[in-house]
Amino acid sequence: MREIEADKIGKTVYDLILKASYEIGDDVLLALQEAREIESSPLGRSILDQILENDRIADSEHIAICQDTGICVIFMDIGQDVHILGGDLNEVLCDAVRRAYTEGYLRKSMVSDPLYDRLNTQDNTPPVVHMRIVPGENIEIMVIPKGFGSENASAVRMLAPAAGEAGVIDFVAETVQSKGANACPPLIIGIGIGGTMESAAIMAKRMTARPLNTWNADPRYRTLEQKILQHINTLGIGPAGVGGNCTALTVNIETAPTHIAGMPVAVNICCHAARHSHAVL
Amino acid sequence: MGMIRIDLPLCREQLKTLRAGDEVRLFGIIYTARDAAHKRLAACIREGKTLPFDLRGQIIYYAGPAPASPGHAVGPAGPTTSGRMDSYTPALLDAGLLGMIGKGKRSPEVISAMKHNGAVYFGAVGGTAALISRRIINSEIIAYKDLGTEAIHRFTVADFPAIVLIDSLGNDLYEIGPARYRTLPEK
Ligand code: SF4
Repeated sequence: MREIEADKIGKTVYDLILKASYEIGDDVLLALQEAREIESSPLGRSILDQILENDRIADSEHIAICQDTGICVIFMDIGQDVHILGGDLNEVLCDAVRRAYTEGYLRKSMVSDPLYDRLNTQDNTPPVVHMRIVPGENIEIMVIPKGFGSENASAVRMLAPAAGEAGVIDFVAETVQSKGANACPPLIIGIGIGGTMESAAIMAKRMTARPLNTWNADPRYRTLEQKILQHINTLGIGPAGVGGNCTALTVNIETAPTHIAGMPVAVNICCHAARHSHAVL
Repeated sequence: MGMIRIDLPLCREQLKTLRAGDEVRLFGIIYTARDAAHKRLAACIREGKTLPFDLRGQIIYYAGPAPASPGHAVGPAGPTTSGRMDSYTPALLDAGLLGMIGKGKRSPEVISAMKHNGAVYFGAVGGTAALISRRIINSEIIAYKDLGTEAIHRFTVADFPAIVLIDSLGNDLYEIGPARYRTLPEK
């Protein structure tokens, strides 16, 4: 059994929040540069130039890429042979968020009550945390500061199994068509298929952070990812939604076994400011 | 593509010449307001109270900046989704507002109030908050300080990059642009 101090986890999450908020990943940067090369709209190219310049400024000056520094979503895969010492893990995560958003000059966007009070919690707590117990004695942490322009463009639908591949493609295209323009394209499309309603949504969220130059290991889903990507890029939405052929940078699908009677599909849209960072303890 | 320079406050004659799709650079004063400030501004207009600034001829930027780090006038300050302001916007336009900066589509009611008042809707590129903050040379909170990031800020901007999304004739780049590049055969 391995012992890990809760404080060490907190320190790691703190660093990951700042890194994600200031530095766009190399994979996203590369995909944006490629989009700049193939975009046929002159205005679209000008927009992609602004995005690339923005990401350079944020990185070199250590300021937030986007003012919406999001709800802090934390994925943790905790090895079953790990013992966490010295504090309440959930409190430690909250504290890391509180300090990173305050000391890192990040915007606090959380309200305590979703319907009635909507009072800002002033420190961006609490985070949304997804934990899994996995074999081994490591802790793997992924931090995704998730902006809401693109979160609001996301959707879950319980498709009938008979809807098949065409049903999935149509649902994704419909989601992107109706709200994609507001989600700061070019987009990254995370898709979860299978499981239950909530597990499909969690898979979709995780897929917004899969490296851009990778595809699903199953050739059928890899083909589906490419099909959906091509389809979305014929919609004409383009960079910033004002027309062009680069509407999405990639499509990432994760699947899970599901019930004989259903096929949940979740589409989590992520903007070009696709921020996430990752560490293994 | 040519960049059109716009010196603020807006001049109606120049506004009339702008067309959806034009790239512009703004110089001068703009005001921020988003969800909570709009609620208060609309209530002021409804109740006939004095507004915290004179809307006539001005631009509202839909933005809630992140905190400024030391040595900077303002923190990252990109546009937020304009559609959430749609229900308040016609009243503001009727009170003299001439321009808006945001991102995303507007409702038919907003577009018709824009045509009626000769107003223009500009877009800033969402997710370019760091770049935009470098074009804001001064920032001052002038009202609703209790709203934090949602308070009304007066920004002095120079070379602020924007696109004409909807012009004073109601031409909408969110319709025209995608239609031009759509290659999907209609079912
Ligand atoms: S959708 Fe993304 S890029 Fe656009 S404003 Fe929100 S967080 Fe920023």
